[in-house]
Amino acid sequence: MQELIKRAKELLADGTVVRVLGWKAGDLPYNPEPAYFEKEEDFRDFVYNGFCGANLSKYMIEASKLEGKTMVCLKPCDTYSFNQLLKEHRVDREKAYIVGVGCKGKLDIEKIKAQGIKGIQAISGAELTDAGDVLTIQTLYGEKTCAYGDAMLERCHVCKGKEHRIYDEIIGESKDTKDADRFEEVKKIEAMSPEEKFAFFQKELSKCIRCNACRNVCPACSCRKCVFDSNKFDSSQKANADSFEEKMFHIIRAFHVAGRCTDCGECSRVCPQGIPLHLFNRKFIKDIDEFYGEYQAGEDIEAKGPLTDFTFGDVEPSIVGKRG
Amino acid sequence: MYKIAKENLSALFGKIAESRELYLPVNISGQANFAAWSEGSAVDLDTLKTVKSPKDAFFPQSENLYTVKKDGKKLSVEPEALKDRDFVVFGMKACDVQGIQVLDKVFLADPVDTFYAARRAHGTIVALACHEPEETCFCKVFGIDCAEPAADVAAWMVDGELYWKALTEKGEALTEAVQSLLTSAEGEEEKIEEEKKAIRAIVEKLPYSHLSLEGWNGDSLKEKFDSPLWEELYKPCLACGTCTFVCPTCQCYDIKDYDTGHGVKRYRCWDSCMYSDFTMMAHGNNRTSQMQRFRQRFMHKLVYFPANNDGMYSCVGCGRCVEKCPAALNIVKVIKSFQKEGE
Amino acid sequence: MPIEAKEEFRPKIVAFCCNWCSYAGADLAGSSRLTYPADVKIIRVPCSCRVNPMFILRAFEKGADGVILCGCHPGDCHYSTGNYYARRRMTLLFSMLDYIGVENGRTRVEWVSAAEGVKFSATMNEFVEKIYSLGKNVRLEDLRCRN
Repeated sequence: MQELIKRAKELLADGTVVRVLGWKAGDLPYNPEPAYFEKEEDFRDFVYNGFCGANLSKYMIEASKLEGKTMVCLKPCDTYSFNQLLKEHRVDREKAYIVGVGCKGKLDIEKIKAQGIKGIQAISGAELTDAGDVLTIQTLYGEKTCAYGDAMLERCHVCKGKEHRIYDEIIGESKDTKDADRFEEVKKIEAMSPEEKFAFFQKELSKCIRCNACRNVCPACSCRKCVFDSNKFDSSQKANADSFEEKMFHIIRAFHVAGRCTDCGECSRVCPQGIPLHLFNRKFIKDIDEFYGEYQAGEDIEAKGPLTDFTFGDVEPSIVGKRG
Repeated sequence: MYKIAKENLSALFGKIAESRELYLPVNISGQANFAAWSEGSAVDLDTLKTVKSPKDAFFPQSENLYTVKKDGKKLSVEPEALKDRDFVVFGMKACDVQGIQVLDKVFLADPVDTFYAARRAHGTIVALACHEPEETCFCKVFGIDCAEPAADVAAWMVDGELYWKALTEKGEALTEAVQSLLTSAEGEEEKIEEEKKAIRAIVEKLPYSHLSLEGWNGDSLKEKFDSPLWEELYKPCLACGTCTFVCPTCQCYDIKDYDTGHGVKRYRCWDSCMYSDFTMMAHGNNRTSQMQRFRQRFMHKLVYFPANNDGMYSCVGCGRCVEKCPAALNIVKVIKSFQKEGE
Repeated sequence: MPIEAKEEFRPKIVAFCCNWCSYAGADLAGSSRLTYPADVKIIRVPCSCRVNPMFILRAFEKGADGVILCGCHPGDCHYSTGNYYARRRMTLLFSMLDYIGVENGRTRVEWVSAAEGVKFSATMNEFVEKIYSLGKNVRLEDLRCRN
């Protein structure tokens, strides 16, 4: 972290960039917020640890509209999103100085709390430089420990790798934290009967409160006006109606980002109700891989997106009924 | 004062449900939220805070107001019936109860909101003291005592027993209805006092408990409104509505029409000041930037509301926004930033 | 034959037909006096790729029991390639509907040319038959739209 701060200050001082986009320490041990740093003294609060899960690529859409260059700290998986945004001309490469920051898996406070750990006062072991794989947590109700792996975000268990896909320089080391099959949960659902599938999604989506956090945090959701916000079209329903609205919203949202979603996992991270929203995106990714060949959005900026492309011999939609 | 063993609670819920509707925290797909009780519900009284506040019970996220039906050239309008059945909300916390007091100021003031008033008239609140408050709680800042909730019935969970104390007429009526299951706990007040003391001791140690609200009142309106701090504070905000939808006091709503194909359902639903179409009018929107919308939320809670309601803040310190904001922003950070600035 | 006491189920079926091939195919079916059930309501679209996934979900929301999309045969698109895009989109959408537990067969894509009046009528008859066997759509219906 010190190296990162030092470099950021240098870049600011020599005029390469006019602001730095990173994370500011929160008032609790686990809630740093995305923030801009422009002056030397701002860096007092600069932080980069296991709780800096936010994907800053999304903020680069706005930062690209500002005067001057922004130094942005991107984790390996964030660079996929940046690439994808670049491909869609939503961010300006000239306005970004990308520092690839190291990552050894990001933490999910909800997972820590789910283990019955509450009244948290301090957490140690979350720094990038901490060698151990155990978090030690001081709480009002005594000291608790939690394995780093057990507190990791779901997306880190299916890590896309430690390579940064786009960067100007790299500071810090990364680790591939993959220890699960990305499509395992999707396969489980596919194997269910239609009744079970329906019951599963009905139950999960009935929790949805239509807060739009999943949409607003999503780097692929970069429309200036969302179809679900447009007051000129009656799809803009704010009603929280279990029967259909939530399904409509989540299917259409996932469809709109299909082929562009890098599976960065932000939607599932931010959902206040813990809905596994990645299950929608991964279904599309899995289908795309199966039908049209393996494709990872954001891996590079040249490849054509699967839904803006076709071949003469594509499968017919009737394949859906014919599969197992 | 009465008591009932924890393992008999489902019998208690069954008894309440015989004569009334019952809402209480239920675990659905891993999340605790207030929901209607039925035999076999996964009741979750251990989770301190439900994701959504229980304000739904009185002010649902979406509710129909009336239905217009079209039959040939004939139109008929059917107003939605008001709540006419008694119901019980079990397991609210002191902060959530205070949240309802805040809503009362809005919906029961002239002109009275009949839908809300009907629900208030039929609802009985059983509030549970907070056994183990968490680091995100700051109800103490608003003068709320989570060890002694002020509702129709106050309850404490101590050593596997639920202690039950009716505080109002409605509470007495509910006690009477379930009397057969309760046993007297006269002479055990000492135990409750112990529990209260333990809770208050923890509250003292919570990191946010000593937050100062100095300077947050109607008189500081102009100074707070014009502060350059907002420009800095709002930046990480993603403009989602999470904070407003988990909040026990946010009361803004929108009224919309739903086209059913053979008529219209006019409904109201929670709105969020974070949304771009919030208070959209024919001439456009009077808050055109996210900074203005962000400022609105905190000014409303800490400045406008107390100015209009004898100093009552419309924040109750439940800490849900602290826990749920995707960008880790919250009202505490706002208050602290202004404090720092003042130093 | 016993008389059915309960109200007979009449499915509502929406058919999105491309202007250049399938709509003309429907026309030909009509002028050739070929029949298909009146439960099918045709919506004309300029090209099969005009059909946004939302159109299909909206049809179900408002009470359709089956939705079929008809377009030019691959290779014959009036705009050269529109139906190829539609094909990918519909494949993914149908797969998603299957994934969330909507009965297979409520959705269908069929390529019908302007000369295939017979195919149009046969397809519609077959599709309506299928929807009859599946019954009412309840999984994608918005309950507010019920009477």
